[in-house]
This record gives sequence, structure tokens and C-alpha cells, in this order.
Amino acid sequence: MLLEIDGLASHYGRIQALDGISLTVQEGEMVALVGANGAGKTTLLRCLSGVQPVSGGRIRFDGTDITRAAPERRVSLGIAQVPEGRQVFGPMSVEDNLRLGAYRRQGGAVAADMARMYDLFPVLFKKRELPAGTLSGGQQQMLAIARALMSAPRLLLLDEPSMGLAPLLVEEIFQVVRSLRDQGVTIFLVEQNAHAALALADRAYVLETGSVVIQGAGQALLADERVKAAYLGL
Amino acid sequence: MAELLQYLFAGLTSGAIYALAGLGFAIIYNASHVINFAQGEFIMIGGMATATLTAAGVPLPAAALAAMALTMLVGVALEKFAIEPARDADVVTIIIITIGASIFLRGAAQLVWDKEFHALAPFSGEDPIRVLGATLMPQSLWVVGVAMAVIAGLWWFFNRTLFGKAMLATSFNRLAAQLMGIGVKKVLMVSFALSAALGAIGGIVVTPIAFTNYEAGIMLGLKGFSAAVLGGLGNGMGAVVGGLIVGVAEALGAGYVSSAYKDAIAFVIILFVLFFMPNGLFGKKGVDRV
Repeated sequence: MLLEIDGLASHYGRIQALDGISLTVQEGEMVALVGANGAGKTTLLRCLSGVQPVSGGRIRFDGTDITRAAPERRVSLGIAQVPEGRQVFGPMSVEDNLRLGAYRRQGGAVAADMARMYDLFPVLFKKRELPAGTLSGGQQQMLAIARALMSAPRLLLLDEPSMGLAPLLVEEIFQVVRSLRDQGVTIFLVEQNAHAALALADRAYVLETGSVVIQGAGQALLADERVKAAYLGL
Repeated sequence: MAELLQYLFAGLTSGAIYALAGLGFAIIYNASHVINFAQGEFIMIGGMATATLTAAGVPLPAAALAAMALTMLVGVALEKFAIEPARDADVVTIIIITIGASIFLRGAAQLVWDKEFHALAPFSGEDPIRVLGATLMPQSLWVVGVAMAVIAGLWWFFNRTLFGKAMLATSFNRLAAQLMGIGVKKVLMVSFALSAALGAIGGIVVTPIAFTNYEAGIMLGLKGFSAAVLGGLGNGMGAVVGGLIVGVAEALGAGYVSSAYKDAIAFVIILFVLFFMPNGLFGKKGVDRV
């Protein structure tokens, strides 16, 4: 098991955001986490990356307990996150953004990976010397994904990659996610766009006010009456 | 003409010191959004330590290096024991902590040294150089030359090294920097060490011109702060330009109006900037698309 979360709890001050979450992600799998605004999806990803304190439960990554590990150690172990709202380093060049994605790595492999990212996203190559903040929303999302991939992650955490993008771009981003999945990248995807996420995912969890309420295969959840009613607007 | 040139020489010399102090403010501000009001004390410690060591017979280069190392140690200790324990506090609280730290460092300097003024011999003699009727002290060339070298070094560090870029990235987006595996604690610590080194260098080169004592850092620090605010807090180039403007304005004011107002000019500039252009000359431009 690559990622094992067991009874995870987290608080913002006295407000409980996560209440005993347990879930797993296997190597090579794509798992989606869907749920309404404020259900705790982003909080869970923040806990996984170590930028949000955990108040109970355990996180294991490839057998190692990382519940209290520093964020930089988790990156070294192979967890990369594409944060909500892209969060590129706006005034820095596209190339610098990519290089910083590989901050914990050295050597020739970094340059090779950079070339691979430019192949994957030709528009980033064209704009490599421009400040990342001048890119369009969709291009920034691609940069954020490429930047996370630069750390050569074993687990890619994607937080709302389609947020704030025009429908055409949403399609393009999901295209990218699909091709990453097909290349065998292990992905944990958080999405409000439940339909697209469930259609892509091997397995999925539905989060409601800090707890997992439904889980199952992606396709099965697409057909689930409760999911349909609450998240698919059917 | 000779008079104007004379004032410009004086202004650029002190401006270079303010620029170094302003850069010190900018680096710590970028790493933590804290305005470190103990920046002036770094300048004082650098100057005092070098003056005492050379007076004790240590050759200047060794004394200067030791003074820099001491100041960096003080900077790191300040971060470790005063700033880091309060990292969850408000930025304003931390700024007040730095004011407390500056008072503490002045007190400590009084104990370690004394209340007297200390002097340092000019690095390469006292024979003035005549330029178009104005005189230029060789030490002024040292001040400006060292400042230029330091600024070039900083530019290289922040634009050409991975760790420098990581420090910049942390200032632009702390969360994203953490997600890239950049250790923000280390960034904060290095920013204090770097700012302390900048202060120390400024203190070392200016002491042959201005003397130093335990309170010498107050004015230099506040003028460095004016420089940083004028240039736009957190902007390195802004701090340099701001420092030079403050220095030259001060020298011209002292020369043409009255030297009694010399120190007031920097503060008039701060007030003017805060009233009319709170982002400073090179403050954040809106390049981000959301």
C-alpha cells in the first residue's frame, strides 16, 4: 500500500475539519476524493503534505509513518502536491518554477525531466522565460502540474485542477490527468467536478463534513443514487 | 559645481551604507514579512567588533571577517531564540520583538564595550583625491566599491543559485515553497544570517568615516528602513535606489539648507512615501493574473 490514512483528524482552532478519515491509495492507482465545498478535501491534502497540523490518527507512506514529518521530508519521500489555485511563483520565470519543483533533487535527471515537461506541455517551452504570473489560468495549471512532476513524485496530489477554468480548458486539464494516469503515475485527485473525477478514477471516496460517507469504484459511484442526487445534479 | 559634487560624494557614500541596511530589511521582510528593527544593531556590532579587534592588534582583514562572523552569529541567535519561538504570533508582535531585541543588543554592547566612540583607521590612507575641485576621501571609494560588490554578489545569489531562488520563491508564495520541499525554517535562518552580514559589512566600511558607539546603529538602521520603504519594501533594487536617494537628499539638504536638518530629511521622505505612494518606487506591480 503506497498511502494509508488511518483515523485522521485535524482542527482549525476549535473547529474540527477532519473527523477520523481512513483511506488508502495503491501504487499505480488513481483515487478521487469528491465532496462539497468545506467538506475537508483541501484540509486532507494539506495534512498529507504536512502544511496542516494533524490532531489525531496516522498517515503512512510506503510503510513509513509520516504523520508528523516536515513538509520537505515528505517531498523527498515522493509526495508532491498541486495546490488549489495553482500557486505558481508569479514573478519568477516558468523555467525557474519548474527548477524549484525539483528543489530536493540534483544532477542530470533534473534537466532530462525538464525536457520531458516541455514535451508534455509545449506551451510552457514557448513561454519558459516569461514570468509565470503572465500565463493564462489554464497554462498556470499546467505549469503547477509540471512543477509538481519535477520532483519525480511517487504520489501526485491534485487539488481542484479544474477550478476557475473555462469548460474547454477543464477538458484539456482532465486530458492531461488521464494521460498521467495511463503512464502509471499514482494520483490522488480532489475535485468538486465530481462527474469528471469519478469517470477517471479507479476508486473514489465521498467526503461530507470531515468524514468519508461513501466509497467504491469510480464507475460504481457514478451510478450510486446518493452520489447522483447530491453531487452529480441528476 | 565643486560644491555640488562634494555633496554628491558625501551623499553617495552614506547612501551606499543605507542601501546595504535597506537590503538587510528587504531580505528579512521577504522571508518573513517581519521588519527587523535590529538591523541597525548589526551595523553597530560589525563596526564595534572590527574597531576593538584592530585596536588589539588584529590585522584588518582578519578583524573584519571575525566581526562579520560574530554579527551573523548574533543574527542567527536572534532568529533562533527571539523570532522562531514566536512564529505563530502576529507579524506586528514579532516586529515589536525585534525592537526589544535592538534595545537588548544596545545594552549588551554597552556592557561588552563601553559608551565611548570607537574609531577605525581608513583602509588605504587619508590622502584626499581631488576631482573637479571637490575632494574625495579614499574611504568613500571603499564604501561604494564594497557596497557595489556586495550588491552584485546578492544579485548573483538570488538569481543564479537554487537556494537563492528558493528564498525568493518563499517570499512570493510560502505555501507553494513548502510544497516544493523548500525548508522555510532554513530560509528564515539564512535570511537573518545574510542580513546580519550585510549590516556588519556596512558597519565595517563606514566606521573609518563616522566612528561608532553602542548607539550608532539607531540612526543608520532607521535610514536603511527609509531606504527600504522608499524603494518598496521587499524589493532589492528598490532598497539600493532608495538608499542612494536618501543619502544624496540628506547631503544636499545638509549642504544647501542646514546641517541641522540632516537627520530629519530621511524621515520626511518616509512620511512622504507613506502618505503618497505607500508601495514605494518599485513596490508590487500587478503582474499576476488570477
